[in-house]
Amino acid sequence: MQPAVETQSLTRVFRPKRKKEGSIVTALDSVDLRINKGELFGVLGPNGAGKTTLLKILSTLLLPTSGKAYVAGFDVEKDLLDVRKRINMVSGGEISGYGLLTVRENLWMFSQFYGIKSKEANARIEELLGRFGLTEKAKEKVRTLSTGQRQKMNVIRGFVTNPEIVFLDEPTLGLDVNAARAVRDFIVDWIRSDRSRTVLLTTHYMMEADELCDRIAIIDDGKILACDTPSNLKRMVKMNTTLTLSVAGLNEIAGFDTIQGLNSYSQTKDVESSTTKLRFVLEDESCVSDIVSKVVAEGSKIMSLQKTEPTLEDVFIKLVGRGLE
Amino acid sequence: MTDSYLMRNLRAVRGRAYPRLIGSTREPSWFVFDVILPLFTIAGYAYVYKFLDARAELIGYVVLGGAMTAFWLNILWSMASQLYWEKEIGNLPLYLMAPISRMSILAGMAVGGLFETTIQAAMTLAIGAIAFNVVFSLASPVMLLVVFVVTMIALYGMGMMFASLYLLLGREAYHLSALMMEPVYFASGFYFPVRHLGFWAAAGASVIPITLGLDALRQIIFPEGIAEDAFLPLNTEIALLSGLCVVFMVLSRYALRYMEYLGKTTGRLTLRWQ
Ligand SMILES: Nc1ncnc2c1ncn2[C@@H]1O[C@H](COP(=O)(O)OP(=O)(O)O)[C@@H](O)[C@H]1O
Ligand SMILES: [Mg+2]
Repeated sequence: MQPAVETQSLTRVFRPKRKKEGSIVTALDSVDLRINKGELFGVLGPNGAGKTTLLKILSTLLLPTSGKAYVAGFDVEKDLLDVRKRINMVSGGEISGYGLLTVRENLWMFSQFYGIKSKEANARIEELLGRFGLTEKAKEKVRTLSTGQRQKMNVIRGFVTNPEIVFLDEPTLGLDVNAARAVRDFIVDWIRSDRSRTVLLTTHYMMEADELCDRIAIIDDGKILACDTPSNLKRMVKMNTTLTLSVAGLNEIAGFDTIQGLNSYSQTKDVESSTTKLRFVLEDESCVSDIVSKVVAEGSKIMSLQKTEPTLEDVFIKLVGRGLE
Repeated sequence: MTDSYLMRNLRAVRGRAYPRLIGSTREPSWFVFDVILPLFTIAGYAYVYKFLDARAELIGYVVLGGAMTAFWLNILWSMASQLYWEKEIGNLPLYLMAPISRMSILAGMAVGGLFETTIQAAMTLAIGAIAFNVVFSLASPVMLLVVFVVTMIALYGMGMMFASLYLLLGREAYHLSALMMEPVYFASGFYFPVRHLGFWAAAGASVIPITLGLDALRQIIFPEGIAEDAFLPLNTEIALLSGLCVVFMVLSRYALRYMEYLGKTTGRLTLRWQ
């Protein structure tokens, strides 16, 4: 199947205007990516990693220094119209539009650049405003919107043209929890409702990438360091899952040693709350039920249970040697 | 998804013109700034001509010229800086990313600005004409329309060219507008017939489409002044204006392409948008 996005040794170098003003920056360094149709693909990396540069090249706003990039099979340098018809882009912190227009008018205006009939555009705008709970704001001037409402409007702008491929550049940047959640839920619903749709999302929020993306490319300093599903990425860090139980009414128990798949365990008594904390390092997660049954069989009451798995942060630290902010 | 490329571009022109079309109804302060204020300058010149017992049509020239300054101001302070301003507020990448000709965006700005400014100029003209008893000859309305249309296409073509150039100049371009305001009022003969500057000076000023446009309009609505004041024969002026239309459209297209190419190479045009 033809990939939705493909890059081959994509490289972008920025040279300073004059020699004295700073140094040459390699924003993208031989990037090879293959994003399939129907995928929600994430590019995770810190500030300055090259995420925006990648999206600008894919959306025909910037030329590569070398290498190739294809969107829906079209060359982003040559087949401009073919690419542009099929894409849209939304960025975090975007402040597009005109302050003297209402929300609805701004959205309508941008839809016109894609040649959508007004009637159809307005119907879609209405539907999406409803989806984001912005119907009441439709007739308000854009400048009266909160940051979250504004970004919801931007997201509507990006999706109202019914693109095949959507580029989202840190779409939840600076949003409060609820607004970010609304945007994320929308993205997931949108892509799941039609398998021919593709989303390429950049973020520096680990949780966001982990929660949303089918596959993630980790980028730093213009280089793709790893590219896989979130769970496969986490498997790369050879770090075991730990299970922590807080139990009440436990005396000494022994006999955990016989459980298959358990690496080691420890217990500490918390005198104040008269509970015991049990910590198990697991080799194989299937032994969780054995542990729990054993604790219950001993007549103890489980107060809380927590499983700790490696996070993308751990993956990032392993790959880059430092945390992601 | 949509029908033809042409329809898409026409929709884009209308879409981009919309904020201008609706704008004047939302911020009515323009009436004072754009309609009333030019009347003071008009009144100043009109009184001078009156005290000097000048021919009646000279006052007519002043009223027409004063009303037409609105177009020059719109070119300098709105059209020319439009793309730069779009870049600053973050709309430029969205325009450049859209599947349409960039010229449609500029044309949309031009159509919107032209519409808005025509209303202002018409009001200034009407008030000025009543205040100073100006009598227009409306013997050839078709000619009047033709001259107005070619003048505006050439003028806004020039504005579209400026838009790309100003984007490249950035903030400095602001001074250029200031520099081109008063001198052009003078050289294009907004307040007197340009012919009296002498042939070569008038010919030089004719690079700015409003020079010939204004002269041609005056010939049509104040025919009594043709013998004394007309710069070139009306048909010649129309032919030259048509030539300017082509020249500025081609140049603006070229400037726009160059601007976009430079933007895509340096990455600076879309820098705001991160
Ligand atoms: N137009 C430009 N001119 C010069 N350097 C740039 C330009 N755009 C981006 N850069 C540099 O390229 C690198 C990658 O930037 P960017 O793609 O914006 O990263 P990210 O989006 O991951 O934060 C940074 O070092 C940035 O300073
Ligand atoms: Mg970025």
